[in-house]
Amino acid sequence: MTTTASPARTAPPARHTGFGHLLLSEWTKIRSVRSTMWSLILLAILALGLTGLITGITTAQWGSLKPATRIQLITNPVDTIMGAGVEFGQLTIIVLGVMVISSEYTTGAIRSTLLAVPRRLSMLAAKAVVFTVLVFVLSEIVCFAAFFLGSAILHSHVSIPLGGTNVARAVIGAGLYLTVLGLFSMAIGGLIRHTAGAIAGTIAFVIVLEPLSQLIPGTWGDHIHDYLPTAAGRLVYAVQPVSGQVLPAWGGFAVFCAWTAGLLIAWAVTLQLRDA
Amino acid sequence: MIEARALTKRYGPKVAVDNLSFTVQPGKVTGFLGPNGAGKSTTMRLLLGLDRPNSGMATINGVPYRDLPNPLRTVGALLEARSVHTGRTAFNHLLFLAQSQGLPRSRVQEVINLVGLGEVASRRTGGFSLGMGQRLGIAAAMLGNPEVLLLDEPVNGLDPEGILWIRNLMKQLATEGRTIFVSSHLMNEIAVTADHLIVIGRGRLIADCSTREFIARSTHQSVLVRTPDPARLASAITAEGGQAENRDMGDGGSPALTVTGVPAPRIGELAAASSVVLHELTPQTGSLEEAFMELTAESVEYGQSSRQPTAETPPVATAERSGQ
Repeated sequence: MTTTASPARTAPPARHTGFGHLLLSEWTKIRSVRSTMWSLILLAILALGLTGLITGITTAQWGSLKPATRIQLITNPVDTIMGAGVEFGQLTIIVLGVMVISSEYTTGAIRSTLLAVPRRLSMLAAKAVVFTVLVFVLSEIVCFAAFFLGSAILHSHVSIPLGGTNVARAVIGAGLYLTVLGLFSMAIGGLIRHTAGAIAGTIAFVIVLEPLSQLIPGTWGDHIHDYLPTAAGRLVYAVQPVSGQVLPAWGGFAVFCAWTAGLLIAWAVTLQLRDA
Repeated sequence: MIEARALTKRYGPKVAVDNLSFTVQPGKVTGFLGPNGAGKSTTMRLLLGLDRPNSGMATINGVPYRDLPNPLRTVGALLEARSVHTGRTAFNHLLFLAQSQGLPRSRVQEVINLVGLGEVASRRTGGFSLGMGQRLGIAAAMLGNPEVLLLDEPVNGLDPEGILWIRNLMKQLATEGRTIFVSSHLMNEIAVTADHLIVIGRGRLIADCSTREFIARSTHQSVLVRTPDPARLASAITAEGGQAENRDMGDGGSPALTVTGVPAPRIGELAAASSVVLHELTPQTGSLEEAFMELTAESVEYGQSSRQPTAETPPVATAERSGQ
């Protein structure tokens, strides 16, 4: 331990910290915590592993499949390929999105963050941008990899060109869905501030509420279901519309984005008003 | 310079900080004292823009914290509550803070060396001892080489070497003309470090004066005298206008007197004039701890009678003390 404190005086610039500095700072934060990297590795393992497993079993069992199932696979193989991977992969994205902000509250690191960047909306914006870019790039890589893996395994029974109707939209859409889901979870994490509560809340919202809405009879049920955040978002990676579908693919995605924007705004407002 | 103007903060029905005003001047170490729950940490949080006051204003160099460009280059803060992610290494914690201020990576290494954390910089902070966590907090505070430092209980968990180090660091930084505002519950620590004191109780200002003045104003000045002939000396002192009380030292030595109203040299002269032998003649100055206990005890009384002590005339303790 030295007894001197004579660091070189750096002349403070009179202007506020540039947004680029905030992005760099948030990038350092996100990459320097183990849970981030583990969540992303888990996303790749789950998405690719399950796609490989499902399509592999399908190929092996091809001869003993029911004719109806076989026809379903031949007419719409992409939904089988993308479905399993994204359904499980989304859990890691929810955990990651929530933890990116809630862990700052549970550890107290948020106080260091806000002392460095007291303009809280700038902090929120920088965090959201870094997170979105990271999750978008990785989700798209994972979704394209899952698609190529699945179509290669099913190749002997059905050919699936990326240029087929709605196929490219579904693959790109799956990555977009995961990205927006990450932001959606992050906003809930920022609002609830407790890791366990926010993860449970998001999963309840995404996985429990959605099937429940299908119990509502008639077209009311269809409308309510389609306008729920992740049910709407999911339409963007479905190649074929399902019966009772109210919204078009991109329309559904827009509804999901609107929900997410609403939650982000709610988070921004409370962030400004609440004590850290 | 740190300024609090009529700061008030309520948490529900509880008033944590009540119409608090004070100024912390540069060039000296200002101690921030108060009993537990007096509102010290809340005040720090208000000064740093972490909490919003219900009314009033806090500024640093004339600007609210939230409006400071690159705040860490102006203000360094060590909070009492932990404020690091346990899964991040010390180096990365300091690195993201430095990057947010546009500070170079080399500055991170400088502050790590400054606080002596070189060997553990690449370890996750979750495994840090209280003392290591405290050093990391001080490193973060020093990162931007700030003019103003707010330190909440900085010696918490530090070993004696660390305490001496932080004490010298604070004094040196003050000599360089920086503003140092430090809270502590360790009275002796404040007594040897702080030049000036701001004392609060129940969220209100009790005293804002120099450390020496604070002790002098709020404790009795008395002289301990031991002599084999206390009666003669006592009458001489009474004749001089002072007061002498018999005191039982409980050590079987010569009888003792506690003298007030007559200074020690004059007692010596009186003893010589009346041919009384003195075995001991010791001026008793109160400790900061005693002064603090008396003043904050009063703050509770004032609080109950809803009278507000002011900065200009802090209440001076009048209760009789049994002395040491």
